[in-house]
Amino acid sequence: MLRRRLIPCLDVADGRVVKGTRFVDLTDEGDPVEMAERYAADGADEICFLDIAATPSGRTTMLDTVRRTAQNVFVPLTVGGGVRTVSGMRSVLRAGADKVAVNSAAVQRPRLIAACARAFGRQCVVVAIDARRSGASWTVHTHGGRVDLGIDALDWAARAARLGAGEILLTSMDRDGTNDGYDLGLLEAVRRRVDIPIIASGGAGTPEHLAEALEPGRADAVLAASIFHRDRYTVDAMKTELGVRGIPIRTPAA
Amino acid sequence: MTADGPRIAVIDHGAGNLVSMERALERVGAVPERIAIATDLDGFDGVVLPGVGATGSAMRTLRRTGIDDALVAHGRPMLAVCVGMQLLFEWSDEDDTACLGIVSGRVRPLDAMPLPHMGWNDVVGYGAFPGGPDPSGEQRNGPFYFVHSYAPEPADGTVIVGRTRYGSDEFASVVRSGDTIGAQFHPERSGSAGLRFLEAFTRSCSEAAHAA
Repeated sequence: MLRRRLIPCLDVADGRVVKGTRFVDLTDEGDPVEMAERYAADGADEICFLDIAATPSGRTTMLDTVRRTAQNVFVPLTVGGGVRTVSGMRSVLRAGADKVAVNSAAVQRPRLIAACARAFGRQCVVVAIDARRSGASWTVHTHGGRVDLGIDALDWAARAARLGAGEILLTSMDRDGTNDGYDLGLLEAVRRRVDIPIIASGGAGTPEHLAEALEPGRADAVLAASIFHRDRYTVDAMKTELGVRGIPIRTPAA
Repeated sequence: MTADGPRIAVIDHGAGNLVSMERALERVGAVPERIAIATDLDGFDGVVLPGVGATGSAMRTLRRTGIDDALVAHGRPMLAVCVGMQLLFEWSDEDDTACLGIVSGRVRPLDAMPLPHMGWNDVVGYGAFPGGPDPSGEQRNGPFYFVHSYAPEPADGTVIVGRTRYGSDEFASVVRSGDTIGAQFHPERSGSAGLRFLEAFTRSCSEAAHAA
């Protein structure tokens, strides 16, 4: 049986894992390679690095981080942040990433999704959508959540899937950083519009939050960051909690 | 990395991540070397055809570089992964592509949702499943990490040594024909279960080299 996936996410700036409220009050949390190794040993189904600085020098550092991670981490690695071209995506994949998440650049130039899917296969192309509730629906935000182009998030998800996205990384801007739980209405609405896997992001605070996001008709995978920082929960303990709640999940003993 | 492990050619067909496969092979004691043009594969103890990219562009690259004929002709153990496994067959519905024809049969779309089939799933292994604990019986293996939208349909069912179920679809997830093994999952991305699988392949490369 196909398991649901638990994906720890590390926000990386200039080669260090950082934590903070979107670009402000960043604190140094450690070395991304060491943390990725620990998460993988602890049962993470995939690892995600998000380059939140995404400056030219930061990107070079990120490629080195990806290369070093590949030495000891034998689960899939997704890298996002600042990738704007097919050749940019190629560099990240050739460094040892399995998937690349595109966000702002894909909104500005949707053909990027099709071009990357043709070059590398759609399984490599993750389209990250930052959505904020607006009336009865949600709109897409870009540039780390600062720009609202007024695009309907459900329409954009459907279009990204048609263009060749292999997966949608769906972040609720309303819930991000709140620990109040994922936006289940958003997950269900996007699920009705796309038939590719959905990763839920933004709002994880308790095992119950992850379990409810992984119920049928919602997400195939959950991404979480702060819940794993400073060992509030280990990945292993979280998976045990999900198993108890009846979620099909890979247990470390397997 | 042990310098005296089996030398394994990793075929570079132009797209995506080969680093993970190389590091994983090193981890299980092999010496991987990336090959991008037709070369004398007889110098190697084994060959890995990795699973990245799409079928059409991968076959075009293999033909242009002449690696396609080298893969058909070499006599060493070969492990083909994901799209690489699909290239072993005669025909793929992905990009309507004629493939290598090393194993008879075709590749068809998966019949389940959502697609791609992405994540960790079981493999029920039979007989000559690489690294399987009991060659005489049926065993559950893994879970292993899958990511694909197409799956092979071998013409000869006896080549199937592993099966996987996704939704209502059941497909051949591991095939073995002589010294050629195909795996639909990514052993290099399947944690310790994947490394055990790669270790069994690496061991078969060493044994074949010593027998030669």
